[in-house]
Parts: sequence; structure tokens; C-alpha cells
Amino acid sequence: MARSLSPRRKMMMTLSAWTVALIIFFPVLWMILTSFKTEVSAVASPPQLFTADWTLDNYAEVWARSDYPRFFWNSVVISVGSTLLGLAIAIPAAWAMAFVPGKRTKDLLMWMLSTKMMPAVAVMIPIYLIFLRTGLIDTRIGLVIALMLMNLPIIIWMLYTYFKEIPAEILEASRMDGASLWGEIVYVLTPMALPGIASTCLLNIILAWNEAFWTIVLTTTKAAPLSAFIASFSAPQGLFYAKLSAASAMAIMPILILGWFSQKQLVRGLTFGAVK
Amino acid sequence: MTLTLRALLGATVSLTLAGAAMAETTITVATVNNGDMVRMQGLMDDFYAKHPDIKVEWVTLEENVLRQNVTTDIATGGGQYDVITIGTYEVPIWAKQGWLESLNDLPADYDIDDLLPAIRGGLTVDGNLYASPFYGESSFVNYRKDLAEKAGVTIPDAPTWDDIKAAAAAMTDTDAGIYGICLRGKAGWGENMAFLTTMANSYGARWFDENWVPQFDQPEWKAVMTDYVELLTKYGPPGASNNGYNENLTLSLQGKCAMRMDATVSAGSLTDPAQSEFADQVGFALAPDAGLGKRANWLWAWSLAIPASSDAKEASKAFVNWATNKDYIALVASKEGWRNAPPGTRTSLYSNAEYAALPFAKMTIDSINAADPTNPATKPVPYVGVQFVAIPEFAGLATSVGEIFSAALAGQKSVDDALAEAQALAVDEMTTSGYIK
Repeated sequence: MARSLSPRRKMMMTLSAWTVALIIFFPVLWMILTSFKTEVSAVASPPQLFTADWTLDNYAEVWARSDYPRFFWNSVVISVGSTLLGLAIAIPAAWAMAFVPGKRTKDLLMWMLSTKMMPAVAVMIPIYLIFLRTGLIDTRIGLVIALMLMNLPIIIWMLYTYFKEIPAEILEASRMDGASLWGEIVYVLTPMALPGIASTCLLNIILAWNEAFWTIVLTTTKAAPLSAFIASFSAPQGLFYAKLSAASAMAIMPILILGWFSQKQLVRGLTFGAVK
Repeated sequence: MTLTLRALLGATVSLTLAGAAMAETTITVATVNNGDMVRMQGLMDDFYAKHPDIKVEWVTLEENVLRQNVTTDIATGGGQYDVITIGTYEVPIWAKQGWLESLNDLPADYDIDDLLPAIRGGLTVDGNLYASPFYGESSFVNYRKDLAEKAGVTIPDAPTWDDIKAAAAAMTDTDAGIYGICLRGKAGWGENMAFLTTMANSYGARWFDENWVPQFDQPEWKAVMTDYVELLTKYGPPGASNNGYNENLTLSLQGKCAMRMDATVSAGSLTDPAQSEFADQVGFALAPDAGLGKRANWLWAWSLAIPASSDAKEASKAFVNWATNKDYIALVASKEGWRNAPPGTRTSLYSNAEYAALPFAKMTIDSINAADPTNPATKPVPYVGVQFVAIPEFAGLATSVGEIFSAALAGQKSVDDALAEAQALAVDEMTTSGYIK
């Protein structure tokens, strides 16, 4: 039974939620506002949230100076590609760990997660050399593989958690009805875990879209995604904050829109199994 | 064979040959995002008109990211970049590693003897030029003439540190938001340590003695740090330990820094009415000295170099020649005025009457000429470099020392403690690296 809240308490809770949301969103808001300012207004001291001289010039210049569609398309291919490839590997792996666990399954899961704790820069030179020697440097397929491997532990962990919530008896029943292993995973398990798979998918796309270390280190011109596009407008020794903000806004807007429209699915998936 | 068939075959052969003759070479140029580099990208039509067979792909990155990516690529012989933008610090180190292509064979119209001797010296190793300067800079004092006049102080063209201290004290008006002096306080080998190393040079201090023993425990460094902390604490802007080049330039453009010591390359912005309300009130002076024969000015150039791993060296040399030639400077001047011409690389620029008439031209060339990378300090040193020490370990070490000194400026530790900590850190690093036997 839902707990009843007094109107005063409800108002306080709503106010707190809005305050926290605003604090979290404030840097993005600042960036978007800065992208419409002149360079001089962008670095005004003391800083001003609003300005009198709004302009679209920054967007025009950023568009003119770079090949935005190419960066955008690379981001789409890399984030979607790495997600699909990751799912193809992670679904069978998570199935095995959830329904036919071995003695060392927990250790294996922990070991996979531990690879996420290593600073990326520690393996920069070996990874760079491997990509160089195999011809994967500055290719989209190379980045798909790199980002898939990077996010695979998270995908497997998330799917493992969702699969654990599905009663093994249902899968058992499908087996008794003559379902093959392939049929069990594709026609029984996957539809039941669809909310979890969808949220894993979304989260992985967001992680891959925002990745800004390997995507910059392993690319130069052909496969460079939007993270490299932003980096090309970053200048500690120049007054280009407004243009940098415009470039950043152009880079995050697609993923922000995707996140906005899929937030219900995302929250549903992320809280799946949180309450028994 | 029919006539038609012959004609078709002939046309095919001709087209194939023409195609081979016009085969396009693509070069990848890695560069930083600053005004001069952006301007160059906007003038590429001139390059394509002269070299229709060369296509240029740009990789523009933030300075530190560029350094990381280019270093990784060049150290592994990756060959991802054909032309790279590098600083004066990297050139001698990378050239000695055999990572850079010599540029001695650039065409005669490049006019190598026109390069400013100090800048050329910093890019030359064992008699070979390994990078061609795109723009060069030193550091000097810029100040607001109206505030100096109001405070009744005169800043000489070649001031001493005592002149600077007195002027900073006289011009500070905290209530009006005017700070007597703005100096770099943000930690980093290219931020506060670039300034402090030049200040140390003028005070008779040095990073290492002839045997690579760190010198932070010497009285000269104590004097440097005491005066630096006192100047910024008494007359500097609030939060000076967080201010780097950009922050202090912004304060100066807003007229809040009565006086500032920083890169000569910012003179164009400071005197541009579109960027500064006080453009007509800016005065310039040489970096100060302490009467010991060395001024506190640095020497830096962003230069174009060709990695030895490039597989398009000839096309890359054509690009380097175009971008750093006298003709390019004239091209910029014709399109965007002499104020925007890349400064600090060529003698001919400073003998041009129109450029020499700019308020900062003479002071810039005098500052550059006053820097000597091979003899930076008043005492003998085993290294090359004015505001840096050209050894691979310097960037990491100086950034760590910069953090300690920035903390001292923020009041988190005393000058004595900061110097003792820096000394211990430097001794440890130099011993581990094998410089101290």
C-alpha cells in the first residue's frame, strides 16, 4: 500500500527533486546558453548566465569549419555497432552464468568487472600497437571492437542480473516442450528479458557515444567520432569557449534526445529486479 | 582494328596516364586549435591553387591531447601524421631520438637565413633544422598607461623587478576591481612554471647545477618564491593560484589587470578594439631583470615538423614550406591585416615598415632577441631551454613542482616548505632517472 504524504511534505519532496535535477542539469544548461553568446560574453567576469548579444554565429562557424555529418555518422556506426556486437556475445554469456553457473562463475564476473577498474592510459601503448599492426587504427570496425570490449563487462553484468530474475522453470518447460538451446534463448529468454536488454542497449549506446579516450587515441581523420569533433574545438590558450560550447551542444544533442524519449524504458530497465 | 576501337583504346591509355600524373597525395596535419592555426585552415585555397595534387586532412586537438596522440604515434612509428605541430620543448628531444625529418632541403624560396636566429637556434639540433616555426613568441610586460599615469608611476621600457613591484603597489585599487599585477599561478610546466623559470633566470637561480643537482634549496630560489608570492598576494587578483594564460588575458582585456607579464603573442588581442575596451591604453615593456644580466622572458615557437615515419615526405615539405614561408605571412597580411600576421619567426617581418608601426612589434622582437636558449641562466647549466629544461623528464617533474608552488601561492604551505618539498621531489626524480650518479 502506498504511503500517503501530507501536501506540505509532498511539496517539499517535489521542490527537492527539482533542485537536485536543476543542479545536475545546470552545466548542460550553461553550455547551451554559452553556445549562443559571443566569445567576449562567454568569458565575461563575473560570469553572466544571460547576455544581451545572443548569436547563432558559433553554430555557423562550427558547421563551416568541420565535417559534422561525417563525425556524426561515425558516432552512430561505432555506438550502435559496438552495442549490437556486445549483445551478440553477452546474451549467451549471461545465459550461461545465470542458468548453468559453474563453481567459479562469481569469480569470473568479478574478474570481468575488475578490468573496468584499470586506468585506460595504462594499456594505451599496447592497444595502440596492436591496432597499428592489425590495420585497425583509424577504422570504424576497430573502434567497434575496442568499445565493445570496453563495455562488455557492464553488458554481461546487467544482463546477468535481469536473467537471474527470470524463473528457470520457464526455460525448463520450454526445453521439455522440445525447444533447442537456440530456440530457448531466442524465443523464450530474450522476449522475457526485453526491457532489460533494451535498457542495456540504451546505456551501452550512451557509454559508447560519450567515450572520449580511445575514440581520440585510436583515430585521426577517417573514423573520428563526435568526441574528436569536440576536442578539435578545445583550446586552453584561446578565447573559443562559445564555439566549444556550440560544438559540444551539437555533439550531445542526438544522444540527449534519444535519452529523453527513451527515459521510461531506461528507468524501467535499470530498476528491473530492484524490488522483489 | 576499327578506327573507333583505336580511338577508344587511345583515350583509355591517355586517361590512365593523366590519372597517374595527377595522382593525389593526401597528407594528415595534426595541429592545435588557436587563432593562427584556424586562420591558416581558412587560407587553404591558396595552397590548393599552388599544389592541386596534394590534399590536406586536418586533425585539430587540444594542446595536451595533441601532445599525447602525436607522441604515441611517433614513438611507435605509426605514421598516422605527416605534419605535426610541436613546441620548442619537444624539438630537441624528438630530433635526438631520430623521430623527425630534417628540413635542411626545403626550397631556396623558403629562405632559411631569414628565420630569427633565437627561434632557429631552438629548432636546430647538430646543425640540422628539424621544425619550421609557424609563429614564435617571447614574454613581456603589458600595462594600462592610463592607470600608470593616474598612479603617477612610469614603467621604463626595460624595467627592473623593483620598478615592477613599485608600479604594482601604486596601481592596485582593489575597491575598483583593479589588480596591480597578474601573473600565472595555475599549476603546470607550461603555466606557472614557465613564468617562474624565467623569473628564476633573472634572479640568478637555475633548475640544476652542472651535475644535474636540483637547486631549489639555494637562496636565489627563496628570493624568487618570496617575491612571487608577495606580489600576487598583495597586488594580484583573488584566486591567483587558479589563473593561467587564458584567465589573465581575459582579466587584461577587461582592464582589470593594471599590469601583466605573459606571452607576446597576446599583444594582437590586447590592442584590438574589438576585443578590448582599453586597446588604445596598452603599453608594453621588456620583461624585468634584477641587474644580473638576464631578463625574465621566455622563448617559444609553435612549429611544423615532419615525422620520420611519414610516407608522404615530399608533399609534407611542400605544405611546411607554404605555411611557414614569407609569402604566407604576406598572404595573411593582405587578407586580414598586418596585426594578424604570424609573429616572431622571420627577420623580414620586423623590417617591414607597416608591421614595425604596430605598437607591440619592436618590443616583441627585442624580447625574442633577449632570450638565449643555450645560455638561459646567469650561472652555468647543463641544459638547453629558457622556460623549460629540454629533457624528457621535465614536463612531469615541472608539473609536480608547479603544483607545490601553486599550493604555496594559495597559502596552503609556506615558501620554505614548498621549496624543501620541490627539492626532495626533484632530487628523487633526477636520481631515479640516472642524471645524479
